[in-house]
Amino acid sequence: MQDKLNVNDMIVIDNLHKYFGHIQAVRGVSLRVRQGEVVVIVGPSGSGKSTVLRCVNHLETPTSGAVFIDGVHLEAKETKINAVRAEVGMVFQQFNLFPHLSVLENVTIAQRRVRKRKPEEAHEIAMQQLTRVGIPEKADAYPRQLSGGQQQRVAIARALAMNPKVMLFDEPTSALDPEMIKEVLDVMLDLAKGGMTMLVVTHEMGFGRAAADRIVFMDNGEIVETGSPDVMFKNPSHDRTKLFLSKILAH
Amino acid sequence: MTGPEIQNQPEAVWRSSFREFPWWLLAIIGFLVVMAILIVTSPKINDAFLFIIPGITLTLYITLAGFGIALVIGLLAGLGRISRNVVIRNIAITYIEFVRGVPTLVLILTLAFVIVPSVADGVGFDKRNVTLELRAILALAIIYGAFLAEVFRAGIESISKGQMEAARSVGMSYRQAMQYIILPQAVRNISPALGNDFIAMLKDSSLASVLAVRELTQRGRLYAGSTFRFPESYLVLTFTYLAMTLALSLLLRWYERRLGKDAR
Repeated sequence: MQDKLNVNDMIVIDNLHKYFGHIQAVRGVSLRVRQGEVVVIVGPSGSGKSTVLRCVNHLETPTSGAVFIDGVHLEAKETKINAVRAEVGMVFQQFNLFPHLSVLENVTIAQRRVRKRKPEEAHEIAMQQLTRVGIPEKADAYPRQLSGGQQQRVAIARALAMNPKVMLFDEPTSALDPEMIKEVLDVMLDLAKGGMTMLVVTHEMGFGRAAADRIVFMDNGEIVETGSPDVMFKNPSHDRTKLFLSKILAH
Repeated sequence: MTGPEIQNQPEAVWRSSFREFPWWLLAIIGFLVVMAILIVTSPKINDAFLFIIPGITLTLYITLAGFGIALVIGLLAGLGRISRNVVIRNIAITYIEFVRGVPTLVLILTLAFVIVPSVADGVGFDKRNVTLELRAILALAIIYGAFLAEVFRAGIESISKGQMEAARSVGMSYRQAMQYIILPQAVRNISPALGNDFIAMLKDSSLASVLAVRELTQRGRLYAGSTFRFPESYLVLTFTYLAMTLALSLLLRWYERRLGKDAR
């Protein structure tokens, strides 16, 4: 596998399998994401796309197969998973902000405890990231005082403050009220334009069309097909892809 | 139509405030007040009170020290209880179930006269230097550690899985995630339960009297035994414990209400 690695590959997933008990959620998925590339994974619920994403930072441990982040083999014994996770930002469907900490503390705590940055430095970086996602004025608020869209933007800032090499998004807009989806997608679009390597699971086809270099369609634990947004949306080759997209693009 | 309703309203309000009024509190405070008056006015009860009350220092000392140690034991055992390590988890469960299966009084005797001395012997420590007070504290700490372990476990499990995942996803170790993210939230959630266990421990500290430790209950028994004034002794004891637990439980209710307001 090592010799197959390309220096430009930021994420390499090689023949990934994942079982939950007897249920096989992922069946032999292989995927490469180059540096600066934005890859969007789409597919019906239960297709294994979230599981693939969660295997990339080992929130789920693959049953078999390999994951490499910037050349580091995650399953290797000598790999320190905490160090790898610090380089991989993750944004969750349910935001998962720390409710007992202020917005600012949410964005500084990992910088302090994991990156060992000085308080002033962490504070400065946190304010930069909060400005980037458009809510520096909420620094002293608590998560429960924010709208869903604001919370999700704080979650993005929290991940970005670690200066990750890769950002993972697990259905970041699925728990949001419709009027808040745009503010989160706009932040993601900015990130994509800024050259961030992104792996995104989403149902927002608009984002896929606007930002994705490649769309990956998954069904039943496998990648059915991969292609540019143009090809995938206008002329997919598989019937399963056509069926799924016709349902989701109908409205 | 509306006339009678309006007329009835004051009565309805009165009736509902009658129902909601904490009569129980009035009754308990009434008992405490009557006792306080008797302590001041009745020479016999006053004598009993003056003999017994110095024990309050030891009672509070045993409770505070025992509870402090129990918190540490409870936290460790609670974390062990949910550990993925089979050995650690089973050690924790064995401890918890062992303690839960034996009466508190029996456990205090066993811990004080069997386990603590043999452990002291085992580590080459002169068991005569382990005072009965210390044995009482250790025994209560070990017993309450098991109860608190389950409280801590429940508290940790009440925090959504997403919190641990978010903490790990930014690179925190399991320990860091527990320390900075999970436990602060869990402890806040279980603080009322911890308060209740503190009150329970204050009451159970009376069991230290079986080790002849001169806390409140032991002094009450000594006084009763030497003067044959049983009613006076035990009424004073009841009064003293009830005054302490009532104050604590009112404090706890106030704190819980404040906690509830904060969460909203």
